Amino acid sequence: MDITLNHYLFLGAIIFTIGVIGIFLNKKNVIIILMSIELILLSVNINLVAFSTYLGNLSGQIFAMFTLTVAAAEAAIGLAILVAFFRNLGSIEVQKINKLKG
Amino acid sequence: MIIYSLTFYLFSTVAIFSALMVISAKNPVHSVLFLILSFVNAAGLFVLLGAEFLAMILVVVYVGAVAVLFLFVVMMLDINFVKLREGFLQYLPFGLLLGIVLIIELGILFLTKNFPDTSSFKEDYFSNFSNVENTKLIGSVLYTKYFFLFQVSGIILLVAMIGSITLTLRNKDRSKKQVISEQNTIKASKSIIKKQINLGEGI
Repeated sequence: MDITLNHYLFLGAIIFTIGVIGIFLNKKNVIIILMSIELILLSVNINLVAFSTYLGNLSGQIFAMFTLTVAAAEAAIGLAILVAFFRNLGSIEVQKINKLKG
Repeated sequence: MIIYSLTFYLFSTVAIFSALMVISAKNPVHSVLFLILSFVNAAGLFVLLGAEFLAMILVVVYVGAVAVLFLFVVMMLDINFVKLREGFLQYLPFGLLLGIVLIIELGILFLTKNFPDTSSFKEDYFSNFSNVENTKLIGSVLYTKYFFLFQVSGIILLVAMIGSITLTLRNKDRSKKQVISEQNTIKASKSIIKKQINLGEGI
């Protein structure tokens, strides 16, 4: 019943896969795609922290913190682009982002 | 030890379930709420792993800031979400196939690679669970070895802040907004100038 490193790695892999599937299923909705990316980054964080604890090296937690920083910046910019896009088009369908094709 | 295992299974089951609900909920507001639940459970797992500081950061930054930002955007934009769900079932077989392939590949990778034995972790981890100050340890590494990266991440946040303000600023000349008619009517003759430049002179 001992929880080993592999347990955490499998949990990370499952959440990563759910995030990837979410991008495929919700191809039209940008908000859900952004949330799926957040899930993928969360699974990466779980992996980093699990490795950091089980291998006895603190660098993993530091890098998990940097991942959090970049994820927060990415979410802020992504949502700002989304709001600007919605003001122009009145919709957030991904398929409609081809206006620059002319 | 049995309590540790049961707690791990509880947190991970709820985390996986809520992650599934994030991608399959009909209402995006529910998706955001399940995303918050997923993050809280991941924070619980971080506490189990002995990373208390990161767990609190996850709750404060993610649940407190990012997820609420998502909630604001979902509620503020007036979107017909039913129309956006078209094609969900159409892509389901392909998405499931890809997911199964991905999880099998990752599983093979984890099972074939032998990671170091974890026995050393358990002994000194559970004996002095309350003595280890995770925050202090992180501070002693972050401000010395990774100081440059720490500063760079601050600059990244500054750029993200300026970028999102510029993108969403309204009714100002400086705001970066898209005028589609101007972009479509632009001519190559207006935007590109050909110049005859003599050898060795420059413009």
